Amino acid sequence: MRKLLLLTTVILVGLVFIARLFYLQVYDNTAYNIFEDNAIRKVYNYPKRGYVYDRNGKLLVANQPSYDVMVIPREVAPLDSLQIEEFCNLLKITREDYDNKLEKATHYSPRLPSPFVPQLSKKDYAVLQEKIRKFEGFYILKRSLRSYQTNIGANVLGDLGEVNRKTIENDAYYTLGDLIGKQGIEKTYEETLRGVKGIKFIQKDRFNKNIGPFKEGTLDTLPQPGKDVTITIDSDLQAYGELLMKHKRGGIVAIDPSSGEILAMVTGPSYNPNLLVGRERNKNFSSLFLDKVNKPTFDRGLQAQYPPGSPFKVINALIGLQENVVTVDEKFTCRMGYYYGSRRLTGCHHHRSPIAMNGGIAQSCNAYFVNVYRRIVDKYDDAGEGMNVWANHAKSFGLGNFLNNDLSVGQPGRIPDGDYYDRQYGDNRWGSTYIVSNAIGQGEVEATPIQLANMVAAIGNRGYYYTPHIIKNIEGETIDSKYTTPKYTTIDKKHFEPVVQGMFDVYNEGTAKHIRIPGIDICGKTGTAENFIKIDSVKTQLTDHSIFVAFAPKDNPKIAIAVFVENGYWGGRFAGKMASLMIEKHIKGHITRTDLEKWILTHSLEDEYKKPYSGEPFKINGESRLQVIENYATEENYPLKNQNQIDVKL
Amino acid sequence: MLRENQRHFKFDWITVILFLLLLGFGYFNIMSASHVGEITSYFDTDQLYGKHLIFIGLTFALIVIILSFEAKFYEQFASVIYLVAMLALIGLFIFGKDVNGARSWYGIGSMTIQPSEFAKFATALAVAKYISDLQTNMTTIKDQLRVAAIIFIPALLILLQNDAGSTIVYLAFFFVFYREGLQQVYLIIALSLIILAVLALKFGILITAIAAAVIITIVYLFRKKKRGAVLQHIIVLIFTVAFSYGVKLFYEHGLKAHQQNRISLWLRLEKDPAKLERMKKVEAYNLIQSEQAISSGGISGKGFLQGTRTTGKFVPEQHTDYIFSTVGEEWGFVGTSFVVILFVLLIVRVLYLAEAQKSQFSRVYGYGVASILFVHFTINIGMVMGLIPTVGIPLPFFSYGGSGLWGFTILLFIFVKLDSNKINEW
Ligand SMILES: [Zn+2]
Repeated sequence: MRKLLLLTTVILVGLVFIARLFYLQVYDNTAYNIFEDNAIRKVYNYPKRGYVYDRNGKLLVANQPSYDVMVIPREVAPLDSLQIEEFCNLLKITREDYDNKLEKATHYSPRLPSPFVPQLSKKDYAVLQEKIRKFEGFYILKRSLRSYQTNIGANVLGDLGEVNRKTIENDAYYTLGDLIGKQGIEKTYEETLRGVKGIKFIQKDRFNKNIGPFKEGTLDTLPQPGKDVTITIDSDLQAYGELLMKHKRGGIVAIDPSSGEILAMVTGPSYNPNLLVGRERNKNFSSLFLDKVNKPTFDRGLQAQYPPGSPFKVINALIGLQENVVTVDEKFTCRMGYYYGSRRLTGCHHHRSPIAMNGGIAQSCNAYFVNVYRRIVDKYDDAGEGMNVWANHAKSFGLGNFLNNDLSVGQPGRIPDGDYYDRQYGDNRWGSTYIVSNAIGQGEVEATPIQLANMVAAIGNRGYYYTPHIIKNIEGETIDSKYTTPKYTTIDKKHFEPVVQGMFDVYNEGTAKHIRIPGIDICGKTGTAENFIKIDSVKTQLTDHSIFVAFAPKDNPKIAIAVFVENGYWGGRFAGKMASLMIEKHIKGHITRTDLEKWILTHSLEDEYKKPYSGEPFKINGESRLQVIENYATEENYPLKNQNQIDVKL
Repeated sequence: MLRENQRHFKFDWITVILFLLLLGFGYFNIMSASHVGEITSYFDTDQLYGKHLIFIGLTFALIVIILSFEAKFYEQFASVIYLVAMLALIGLFIFGKDVNGARSWYGIGSMTIQPSEFAKFATALAVAKYISDLQTNMTTIKDQLRVAAIIFIPALLILLQNDAGSTIVYLAFFFVFYREGLQQVYLIIALSLIILAVLALKFGILITAIAAAVIITIVYLFRKKKRGAVLQHIIVLIFTVAFSYGVKLFYEHGLKAHQQNRISLWLRLEKDPAKLERMKKVEAYNLIQSEQAISSGGISGKGFLQGTRTTGKFVPEQHTDYIFSTVGEEWGFVGTSFVVILFVLLIVRVLYLAEAQKSQFSRVYGYGVASILFVHFTINIGMVMGLIPTVGIPLPFFSYGGSGLWGFTILLFIFVKLDSNKINEW
């Protein structure tokens, strides 16, 4: 027995060691990843980010150098309070900031670099460059930042921000402190614009000093520059749209129907894209984002879902013709509204009666469209099936779903179908009379301005559209074929002509005759949308939204447009004038209806927007007085020329 | 001449081959761990690995010398060798050179020699000599005390020179004594004391005392002859509590701060996160780096000279005490288990040969060799992987350094010589 003690102990120890080694090297060991090896320093070489040009080749976004102060907490040498004070003065931060930033960086990782003070100004950099050596553990990292050559189109261009932790976890490309597109084109074309950063692997020693290239640099890569992109936006038209939108809230989306290219994409109020560059970016972004009254970061052209109102009537006319429930010439009577038995389901305004389709559209008669809509729904055995057929037609115009395009934000809108009302009222416990609001674009139907612009583009094209998109050209690449393939609606081409004629008559003799543009055949449709807000939990009505959709010229249209102005009252009052001006600007290149332009520039809705927050009782619609501004912006001083003028003051 | 050749073949070639494998593999790892800049030649004497190659060359000369002595010589001169070794240790107090706070080196020109590495085989010889004396009986207190003195003298001298790691090695002789007749009760007491010490530090004296009381009561209840045993059990209990208290006291006041911290880290005693963080940067720094290097090697390692942590010299003392972490990083689990298996085979082989010896001197000495190798192997690799507290002793035949390599070579090859001679003893 005595012979066995050492023998068994030796074998036991051998087994324990092998078990421990198995645990350390095999069981607990994930595959070797050089990026997680802290013996290898990874030095990134950031490529030039691609430039952005507008459709006319005007440079919108370029780059400028930026200098970040980085810190590796473990290497920070202890500083006395005087030194810290000097350092803080150089960086223009407080002592408290210093402690917080250092703690945050240490918390992230004591041995990896973290941004300490990002994006120094050139002046601060020049001073600090001389002295940074005194502060061990800190160094300056040169990076490239965006430089906006314009101060329009913040919502179009978007911005860059530091990549967040979650993205880093999901995408191995990014490391802490990298910039990534956060909104707009910067976000949707991030991979095209950013290029691929180069990397150098350097062997470190335990004192963090570089020894030399790892594996003789065979694993190193060179940066691949980002590609330049040309977007479909016409920056002059965009700037003009933003000028018109001053002192108003709303959105304008203009599309070239022949290609689906977005010509202008205006949201108001907007802000200067230069606000989101540099050190102040985070502060400015939060102020913009937290402004819950003006909501400047909310793109009203893409994200605001409203009941579209009267413009939607033309869709019902088209569906009626396609479903063969009405002819162009059939007339309906309007008795200042539509009556079901003795009950008035919807009102109307004063106009000649009875009227056929052309008059129905031009006069925007509610009764006419309720008749047509009820025939569509009631054509089938049950209302549910009728509603499904109706919804499919409407959806073929790009309504009721995401457009699935290259914009960073969007909303689906809503086209209700049979299931929707089955859920609302119970299976088959409803009929066409319950839902007549859909006939006139109210009720459950909702759409965003870009969907409405696309809808009129499809009408202008007599039955098809191209998915609205913002990319025109990528250096050395062809753009996605989904933007060059037409999407056909479910309505036969022959049915469009009478409807287009109706929209043309809106300008000739209907609700938009006073905003005609000489020499351009415009087809349009006015709309209004009632809206409500809760003030101290009381549902309160506000002045109606002003809506207008149009395309021009009548044949082979060059522009399709939707304009939406919050609380602008009737369609022709704000939205219609703005649409006409945008069309004239695009087609003629200059404005002849200077009277309309001056009216828009001198009239503000800012007082209207203050009403719900004033705490006092207020009047709306016709009883409300319009605000006139004396010192108004004009195309000469806004917005390309005057760098300081922005809508949202911070 | 023929006789001479036959004699060569009597050496135990298995032991020699295992020795050569460890020596060779060790050399390549020292090269990885110690090279500075590009490796231009395997024989670059400006670099540490080149120097080690010279040590290896001298080792072979040393082996020839050891084997050329008659086996009887080692038994006859065991006491003289021991005496010389002890004098060399004592001489350090006068002529020694301070290196890293330990006064355990002689400087001869640019060379340094560490006599404690040679004291091990000398002590093993002396122990073998004393135990193999016909009049020695390991079950008597008198002989136990004398043989304890033989190992106590070098252990104390080395401890006084601030080399606590090498002192611990002398505990290896317990295996020898046990094999040669030391009573079972010593083994039980030794194991109990180790467990008791760990419990006292980890859970405190109160819990340890309660646990001890419960166990002692159970032992009492199962005892057949209970008469008079109560007092005996109470004394044991009192001793247990006193010992626990002593351990705690020694831990808190008797140890140097770094030793205390090493134990604290091993038993995870530190609760204050700030202090723990500080300890991780100082006392545990080597261990953390070494564990990371080993575990980053994975199954097959990063390849010879390809270890990023080894190249970056992340593990301090990597070519000496932490050489095993180089194996871990560059050769992976395949390499580390290979080294562990080599050591186990070598020790088991020496044990097997020791048991086969006809002379008691050879057997005891062989046992001493196996025990010393075993303790070095266990403490060094255990430490590098964080299984036991940090104790700085080299890995035999593997770590960089002339004294260590020669000390272990002499230790092993005296036994190879003794073993080759076993037939002649008839
Ligand atoms: Zn009517």
